[in-house]
Amino acid sequence: MLQYFLRRLAALVPVLFLISIFVFLFIHALPGDPARLLAGESATQEEVEAIRKALNLDRPLFAQYVDFLKNLATGNLGISLRTGEPVATMIGRAFMPTFWLSVCALAWSVVFGLVAGVVSAVRRGSAGDHAGMFLAVSGISMPNFWLGLLLMQFFSVHLGWLGTSGFDEPSDLILPSITLGAGVAAVMARFTRSAVIDVAREDFIRTARAKGLRERIVIWKHALRNALIPVVTMAGLQFGFLLGGSIVVEKVFRWPGLGSLLLDAINFRDYAVVQAEIMLFSLQFLLINLAVDMLYGFINPAIRYK
Amino acid sequence: MALVSDAPAAGQKTERIARSPFSEFRRRFVTRLGALAAGFFLLVMLLVALAAPWILPFGPDEFDYKNTLSAPSAIHWAGTDEFGRDIFARILNGAKLSMFIGFVSVTIGAVIGVIAGLLAGYYGGWLDSIVMRVADVLFAFPGILLAIGIVAILGAGLTNVIIAVAVFSVPAFARIVRSGTLGLKETTYVEAARAAGASNVIIMFRHILPGGLGAVIVYFTMRIGTSILTATSLSFIGLGVEPSIAEWGAMLSTGREYMLAGKWHLTFFPGLAIFLTVLCFNILGDGLRDALDPKLDDN
Repeated sequence: MLQYFLRRLAALVPVLFLISIFVFLFIHALPGDPARLLAGESATQEEVEAIRKALNLDRPLFAQYVDFLKNLATGNLGISLRTGEPVATMIGRAFMPTFWLSVCALAWSVVFGLVAGVVSAVRRGSAGDHAGMFLAVSGISMPNFWLGLLLMQFFSVHLGWLGTSGFDEPSDLILPSITLGAGVAAVMARFTRSAVIDVAREDFIRTARAKGLRERIVIWKHALRNALIPVVTMAGLQFGFLLGGSIVVEKVFRWPGLGSLLLDAINFRDYAVVQAEIMLFSLQFLLINLAVDMLYGFINPAIRYK
Repeated sequence: MALVSDAPAAGQKTERIARSPFSEFRRRFVTRLGALAAGFFLLVMLLVALAAPWILPFGPDEFDYKNTLSAPSAIHWAGTDEFGRDIFARILNGAKLSMFIGFVSVTIGAVIGVIAGLLAGYYGGWLDSIVMRVADVLFAFPGILLAIGIVAILGAGLTNVIIAVAVFSVPAFARIVRSGTLGLKETTYVEAARAAGASNVIIMFRHILPGGLGAVIVYFTMRIGTSILTATSLSFIGLGVEPSIAEWGAMLSTGREYMLAGKWHLTFFPGLAIFLTVLCFNILGDGLRDALDPKLDDN
């Protein structure tokens, strides 16, 4: 198991290398001149050139890429063109707000989706099942930025219970994580429901019932455990979806996280930050996929990696 | 509909001999009243949006500084925005735009994906490996993240949004068509066509493609909903169409500040429009899927 894990971890290196080339080339294909942007509208040509030189933007593309890799390997992510701060510091500051937001969103939505899905599967065809599944389709169709604004309108503007922007106290997490998790909860509920219905048709479920186990044990222990493998895959994929969704939700709630940082950087053509952020998002995404693969082994002892 | 009628015949066995595949399809589809209602709603919305310039007293870009931020009323059904523009007229303009973006981007994605999947499935070998690896990589990235990346490179604007949204539709269509092709190319009628001397192109497009079209149509419908959601998200975060254009995501983005000041109608109605539109595409897609694939019918 450990060996398998290490081998998979090593396999990420060439993938990241490839992504780094793409990111680097694409970023440099961006229209707009960062040196000119930084110098300001009124700067002379000499001033622009001086800034270009100071930031090494005048060197050949390949040399800039080698620098980029060298710095990446030593953990030096460069200096932000916009604020003059080290990129690592900016990302370090933005990381925890996004981390808490994603974790809270994933936690409630997976638990809620799982329970709703199983209950729906057990009461298949009932009014509650239909209502639940209609709610799930609605959740999938709901633009998360609208949901965020609706919640904000009701709880912050109308009732005045919660804040509308920023992350100053733990209660600020409530609305953004509900917003971010809603779509995931809906997908999880739908997916769990069909996975449980599939498993319930299997012979071993009939056997479990035939030997007189209580229905609750049959469903929650025998059926759910076997339905869990596709469900875990889905949860992993959804975590990736959360990373993307968090960018939009952070914009709604003016959240001081990685998403807001990325959008600011894109608007300002802040190369160093965009590069570092895309690498970080890719790395997170690859690690999550790896974690999902490792989880299989724990859930289903029949799958053990050599 | 004409495309659908001959599609279900292939790829699945129709066990009831008395019914033709089409009447079978129709029976299942009609039972999905929800899907019918959703399709009807979308059609009406599109027609009203297209006819809006002739039936509405206000244009989407008409300023009225005496009537800014007014609440919904009998004259302005959804109120007016910060420039006194009629929000209902802007929503209808947004409907036209969103439907256009959704339809065009998914069509581009579908055409590229279908051709790639057909070639990969039919010829196999290295072509198949390359197409599927590229599809895997694209598939692995969350759609909105990929779209943000593409717009970040190409710049904002309508055309680039369409490209960004189209790109992430490609891999799914390629996969669906490829797996259908793998099964269909072994069938007797394809063998017969080949024996009769049909060229590879004729076999692929005339004999194999129609068999896999059912799944493509279902996915196409659902994808339009997802694409509208992504395109409006891009506009909301400022990476989509020009913020001044009457587009749903852009309207929500500028409406946020006024909402905080208590003007709820600036964000409520455009959001509702996105939600209902995407919901209807999803329900319609679900209904089409159930109607085209009896195996999935678990009622």
